[in-house]
Amino acid sequence: MTQVGRAMPRLEARAKVSGKAEYTHNLRLPGMLTCKIFRSTVPHGKLLSVDTAAASALAGVHRVITANDILQIVPEPYYGPAFHDQPILAVDKVRYVGEPVAAVLADDPHIAEQAVQLISATYEELPAVYDETEALKTDVYVHETLKPAGTFADLKHLAGMKNTNVALEFHLRHGDPDTAMASADVVLEHTFKTQQCLHVPFEPSVSVAEPTDAGLTIHTSTQTPSFVRMEIARLLGWPDNRVRVKVPLLGGGFGAKVYVKMEALAAVCAVLVRRPVKVALTMEEQFYLITKHPTTFHIRSGVSKDGKILARECNVMWNGGAYADIGPRVTQKSGFTAPGPYDIENVKIDSFELYTNRTPAGALRGFGIPQLVWAYECHTDLIARELGIDPVEFRRKNVLREGRQQATGTPMHDAAIEVVLETLAMRMNWAAPFDRGTGPVKRGRGIAIGFKASISPTTSVAIVNVSADGTASLQMSTVDMGQGSDTAMAQIVADVLAMNAESVRVVHPDTDVTPYDMGTLGSRSMFHMGNAVRLAAEDARSKLQALAREVDLPEGSNVPYQELFVRRYGMKAGNVVGVGSYIPSYTPPDKSNGQSSNVTPFWMIGGTGVEVEVDTETGHVKVTKLVNIIDGGKPVNPSIARTQISGATVMQLGFTSLEKMNLDGGQVTNASLADYKVPGIYDIPPMDVDMVDAEQTNGPFGAKGIGESGTFGVSPAIANAIHDAVGVRIWELPLTPEVVLRAIRTAEGRPLAAAE
Amino acid sequence: MPSKMINFTLNGRPVSTEVQTHHNLVELLQRFGLFGARESCGQGLCGCCTVHVNGMAVSGCLYLAVMADNKSITTVESLDADGHLTPLQQAFIDNGAFQCGFCTSGFIMMAKELLAKNPKPTEEEIKDHLIGNLCRCGTYPEVVQAIKQAAAQMM
Repeated sequence: MTQVGRAMPRLEARAKVSGKAEYTHNLRLPGMLTCKIFRSTVPHGKLLSVDTAAASALAGVHRVITANDILQIVPEPYYGPAFHDQPILAVDKVRYVGEPVAAVLADDPHIAEQAVQLISATYEELPAVYDETEALKTDVYVHETLKPAGTFADLKHLAGMKNTNVALEFHLRHGDPDTAMASADVVLEHTFKTQQCLHVPFEPSVSVAEPTDAGLTIHTSTQTPSFVRMEIARLLGWPDNRVRVKVPLLGGGFGAKVYVKMEALAAVCAVLVRRPVKVALTMEEQFYLITKHPTTFHIRSGVSKDGKILARECNVMWNGGAYADIGPRVTQKSGFTAPGPYDIENVKIDSFELYTNRTPAGALRGFGIPQLVWAYECHTDLIARELGIDPVEFRRKNVLREGRQQATGTPMHDAAIEVVLETLAMRMNWAAPFDRGTGPVKRGRGIAIGFKASISPTTSVAIVNVSADGTASLQMSTVDMGQGSDTAMAQIVADVLAMNAESVRVVHPDTDVTPYDMGTLGSRSMFHMGNAVRLAAEDARSKLQALAREVDLPEGSNVPYQELFVRRYGMKAGNVVGVGSYIPSYTPPDKSNGQSSNVTPFWMIGGTGVEVEVDTETGHVKVTKLVNIIDGGKPVNPSIARTQISGATVMQLGFTSLEKMNLDGGQVTNASLADYKVPGIYDIPPMDVDMVDAEQTNGPFGAKGIGESGTFGVSPAIANAIHDAVGVRIWELPLTPEVVLRAIRTAEGRPLAAAE
Repeated sequence: MPSKMINFTLNGRPVSTEVQTHHNLVELLQRFGLFGARESCGQGLCGCCTVHVNGMAVSGCLYLAVMADNKSITTVESLDADGHLTPLQQAFIDNGAFQCGFCTSGFIMMAKELLAKNPKPTEEEIKDHLIGNLCRCGTYPEVVQAIKQAAAQMM
């Protein structure tokens, strides 16, 4: 039976419904100490002293660790994928409220927690900067000197830079935007903002570092095991092979667990005390770990009267928080898609990553794309409105079609933008008359489409090991955090080797045995690792065929694999090992103008249509219909793919209507699920999610990434529908009832009193 | 730290252990190698730690271990103790009603309580009962379908 395309259940389904699924959360090792963290209470300040005496004296406390201890074993205790800017514990300065300053180790987690309360620190407070626009102008600098990691070419020139909060600026010029803008019939300019929110995986970040004869084994909830191994080895000054990183299943990731999170602290503590150390964050602590970039996006378009976008200028400021994490890549990789999936010949993009005194921001299900789509699709709707053109029709006139150049100059291939748009229009029954409601409840509808380039250039390596009994195992460092990669990759192996996917054993990431992978992020795994896995399985298959020839079997004979081993080795013995390594071709963008003939190996497309009811007396918005359509190529597992789209929709509904981290003087004031509401079972509208019939020609079996595409269109589609219903435009997420009611009342000329 | 000896029934088996009075039920279960009930939010708001005490669903993170004395505790691990999945568990698999799986034990224990009280719940009753269970992967539609399927099969 063909294995690719089967809607089979997840391999680990039974373990997950019977409470037996393995997460790092579960892990207890003999002699293990628990580590609890003392955190900064000021947003920006010189760290003058840390008093740990009372904590150390508490019965049951094994040791209290500060930066001074870490400096004994790691002279430069700073980590990060783009900048080596984040200290394991604050060294001489703190840069956000919640930054780790000291750590208590104890056998009993409750004692460690109690001891944390006995620590105190003194600071010389410095002025702080929170807003991304302000960070560009202020003379408050979050970092004294910029320290790029050296891995990314476009950051190297920032080394040693002082008196700036800009951690990356990306500039793109395509065509002649100034001239085109000047000649346009209509020029529209708007500013949109997004809020700070966060991933909230229900398994908060957790790492256990275990000293071993060889060095250290780190059991951790990471999405990037290969990176963790290299980064921890770099910090300790060890060869990579002394660090072993093992990753079981993850209780959600969404980008919260990429690169180094709690691994560095666990590792240095374990090395210092020579015992296993577990760092398991609480839900509250996740608010001080990693978030989604707040953004300010100034967008300006020049359009002809008949509805052709002639020029577009995009100025995007990304609020990266206190440490860069992967923010600079978000700024660039997403930055170049800022004009949207439209055929615009004249484009200017300026995209800035900014340090501020907030919890760091990284990648959250979309790598910056949802923030951009929010702005350009609200803007696009406003243009259509200004010109009096139907919003579907306006997009139809402007979408990027096969072979046309995107703003980078890369021609579009296998990007079903038009098909997604037309499918949306059809499923929304767009051409039919629309009931606008009566009385205080008004009805409206809206659409939005977005796209994303993949992360490039990145490598994945896979090993397929066929044992003497004819069974296969797959060794790869892709992490299954709920997206179903174990199952989908097993389906690829099984398809190539003509076996059942259920019989393929997927070895979870263990850097001693699973080969390099850049990371499980940015919807890259199905394309990159999927290609590597396919190559590995094909390599194993051709070696099995060679084995058949060696034992004088005729070409095409279907002797079972175990029989081949017996004939070759005289008994049940031996292995066949297939290896696959994949890196797509790539042309880096030109430094001066951002142009590239090959900027991404594939594109992801997502579009959303909604119908809403807006209660003009309360501001409540009810989504009565939601259609979410993506181009995800040909799905390897259609049922898991569908769940991914629907899950992405639900998550983005949270970021659209509910979720916002509130900040007061740099302090997060709603750091719990009591005050930071994520979608629950009553927040789900009737949903129609689907994939268009498409194929990614260079993907494995026509597949590509799908995990993020469902997020793209949700927020602007709802804002556009609200505008359609009640005639007001909301410029900033989230679209809470209060925000909507204020906008309605302001438009009516009777604004509500300002909030306290 | 004050401690107390407690006796209780764990998944049908009588057990005794000494617990510290500040320990919660999740910590108690972990001591018996049971990790299906998971503390996530720590405030009784997410439902990941749901277990049954005398047949009633409770949040294990808010239930003190000492209160388990003389009670009967049932966890998700007991459901397939005979080697067979229950129709409810199978329905979760058939409908793809989970992704990462971290919250799944809680959803299943909550749904089990619902179906014991109300074998044929309406969609509204299902949602009403599960309002305290959160799934960050967003598999709510699949969960509702799964419970409907289980209810139909268990009739």
